[in-house]
This record gives sequence, C-alpha cells and structure tokens, in this order.
Amino acid sequence: MSNESLDPRVNRLKLGDASAVIKVEEGENWNVYEVFHQEKRGAHHEHVGCVHAPDPQLALVFAKEQFARRKKCVNLWVVRSADILAFDVEDEDMFANNLEKNYRDASGFKVMEKINKFKQSK
Amino acid sequence: MYGGGYIFDEPNGKQLREEQQHDDPGKLSAFEERIARGEKIEPGDWMPAEYRRQLIRLIEQHAHSEIIGALPEGTWITRAPGFKRKLALIAKVQDEIGHGQLLYNAAETLGKSREAMINDLLSGKSKYSNVFNYPAKTWADVTVIGFLIDAAAIVNQVANAKGSYGPYCRALERICYEESFHLKQGHDAFIELATGTPEQKAMLQDALNRWWQPIMHFFGPPDKTSQHSEKLMQWKVKMASNDEMRNQFLDSYVPKIWELGLTLPDPLLRKNADTGRWEYTDPNWDEFFRVINGGGPCNAERLQVRKWAEEEGRWVRKALMNPAERRSLPVA
Repeated sequence: MSNESLDPRVNRLKLGDASAVIKVEEGENWNVYEVFHQEKRGAHHEHVGCVHAPDPQLALVFAKEQFARRKKCVNLWVVRSADILAFDVEDEDMFANNLEKNYRDASGFKVMEKINKFKQSK
Repeated sequence: MYGGGYIFDEPNGKQLREEQQHDDPGKLSAFEERIARGEKIEPGDWMPAEYRRQLIRLIEQHAHSEIIGALPEGTWITRAPGFKRKLALIAKVQDEIGHGQLLYNAAETLGKSREAMINDLLSGKSKYSNVFNYPAKTWADVTVIGFLIDAAAIVNQVANAKGSYGPYCRALERICYEESFHLKQGHDAFIELATGTPEQKAMLQDALNRWWQPIMHFFGPPDKTSQHSEKLMQWKVKMASNDEMRNQFLDSYVPKIWELGLTLPDPLLRKNADTGRWEYTDPNWDEFFRVINGGGPCNAERLQVRKWAEEEGRWVRKALMNPAERRSLPVA
C-alpha cells in the first residue's frame, strides 16, 4: 500500500497487502472461562462474564484485566464454561412456588400467642 | 445503527434443520408474549431463527466497532498533550478493547465462534461503525471523537441495554458505566480547546466541520428507507428508530456545542419549537454507502492493522495453547 497513515507507528510496520487473506483457525482463541467477582471480603462471588484463555491461570490474569480494573475487587474465581452444570431452561416450571408457605417461615408459628393463652388459663 | 450488510452463515456451510427454518407458531407466540411482558431471553431459550441471526449481526458488528474504534484514538497516545490526557487516552483505549471482548462473548452465546467473527471482519464480510473509516488528523479530532462519537454511542447503547437479550443487556450495562468516563474526559478536552487560544479554537472548529457529516451518518439511514425494523422493534432487538436516536442526540448535544461559540456546518440545523424535533440537511447517504463498502479514507488501513495484529500475535496464541483443554462456549 502507499503508506499514508497519520500514525508513524503504522507506517513503520510496512503493512501487507489489504487484499491478503488472513484466516484464524477455529480454537485459536483458546477456551472460555466464566468469571466470578468478589467486591469485598465477606461478600458472595458474583458472575460477571467470561474471558478467553488457554488455561485457568491465564484466565485469572485476563479476568483481572477485564473485570477488576475499575470497580472494587478483592478476589476473582474462574471456572471453565464447560464445567458449569445448569438446569434446562425448559424445566423452569419446577421452581414454581406453592404460594402458601407459612409452614416454612418463622412467622408461620405463633409461639407467643400459645404461651399467653396458657398463662391466662392458669 | 450497526446494521447493513452481512448476517451469518452456519459454520461449515451446514444446512439448517427444518424446525430451524420454520419457527413453530406456538413457540413463537409464547416467545413474543415473554418479550411483551418485559422478560429477558437467555442463551438456552427457544428463539426464532431470525431473532438469533439479527442479534448475532448486531452484537458482532458492535464488537468490531469497539475494536476498530480504538485504532484512530490509539494513534494519538504517543502525541497526547500532557500526562493526564495521555493516561486518560490509554485507559479509554483499553476500555474499548475490553468492550469488544464483552460483546464478542455475548455474540458467542448465540452460537457463532469468536474466530468466525474475526474472520468475517478481516475478509470485509462483516461491518463496523462507519465513523471509524475516517482519520483523526489533529488532537482536536480526538476530542471530537471522545466527546461526540462516544455521546452518540451512549445514546444507542442506553437504548439497547433495555433490549430483550440478557447477555447483550448485561454487557451494555457494564459498557455504559465505563463510557460515562469516556464522555466526560472527551467533553473536558473539547471545552479546553473551545475556550483556549484562537489557534486551538480554529483547530476544533475545523475538526467539527469535518466530523459533522460522519456524526449525522452515525445512527444509520433515515427511517423512511430502512427495512423490516418493525419486527425487530417488537422483538426488542432494535429499541428506537434511527431517526429517533439521531433526534435524541441532537437534542442533548447541539446546545452543548453552540454554547461554546462553535458552529456546525449545516445552515438548516434548528429545533422546531412546534414539533420539538430537530430539522437538518439530509447528509449525503451515497457517501455513507460508498465508505461502508470500502471506499473511505481509512478502510484499508484499519483492516491491514487488524490483519497484522492477528498474524503477528499468532505465535503467542499457539505457544500458550494447551492441547488437553476441552473447548467450551460461554454460558451466559
């Protein structure tokens, strides 16, 4: 190309032909890891996204660069996306709730009422 | 606005199965009801083939725009005026590359690999935002990009963040948070030139004159010429029409340009007090299509730099490759 870039670094690169065919092979961008971010000590790790990396150690390095350069962060977890096991979305209905759930709530048990009734009856 | 052009071929020329070509009417209506209720669609959910295709096109081209968009600004890192401006510019360029990564991941959840997306960018099949095919000639250009192009991108991204596809919305939420710094530092650098010496003002006015048409092009062709956006609006892939977003941008930012004593190269530009909408000279759309199809001043350079980076970085990627790794796709 007639090197007319405004960037001196680009001119120094002596770039190849614009029509050259460059092909990236499938898998060349490594694997995918899910990233979990802990904002402060004592807090849960929360899922924030993914990074591409060749192994877990580098996934942590890239995750730090991608997800911890701004907001507060005290720790990160990474896990290979393929190792995440999740329910099938089509089974979502199994999470449907019985609306009447006071049998498993503290407020569903009236202890004081019974005690008071007992005391009054004496 | 990241529209136009190529969409997506199934990998290896694989043909779609019958049920992928014709959406099941029952599933389709359940899908549309979910979206109407304001629910998000997640990667494992059933979705119409066209919804998936259009989302891949949109998110992929948004990702390419972040990566290519860092190039004209990256050019100025070595020449930024002063230490704070240099630090801010380095941080901004790093953010843009990070945004590209977030968006590629969101697109990957729809089934197109990162490598396929990069290949489509390098071959010119897949597009990126047209504004990045213009050069940043002076430091004033960098301030116009940092202030006005980022402002325009934010108008679009804030709208899209309310869309229906969960992974894209989550990526945009994070992006919008970081973009607020980009906009503020751009505005600050812009004001510094606008209120500076006569030479600085003249340099800024010149940059503004050159960038105005690409900025008017930014949101894409006028509504009267754009096709099949009704379905995309119903599916909340597209959240506002091109003209609506352009109007919103003009409404927020033209006053911020005029208040600094700068002018814009359009004698018809004004807000109609009766309709509340902005009136302007229609930019040259033939020029827009000429540039998007490869005829702009920087198209060749942008792709050459990306190709160089892929080629020169290949040995590093190969050296780190772990053959025992089992491949996986992003979960969410």
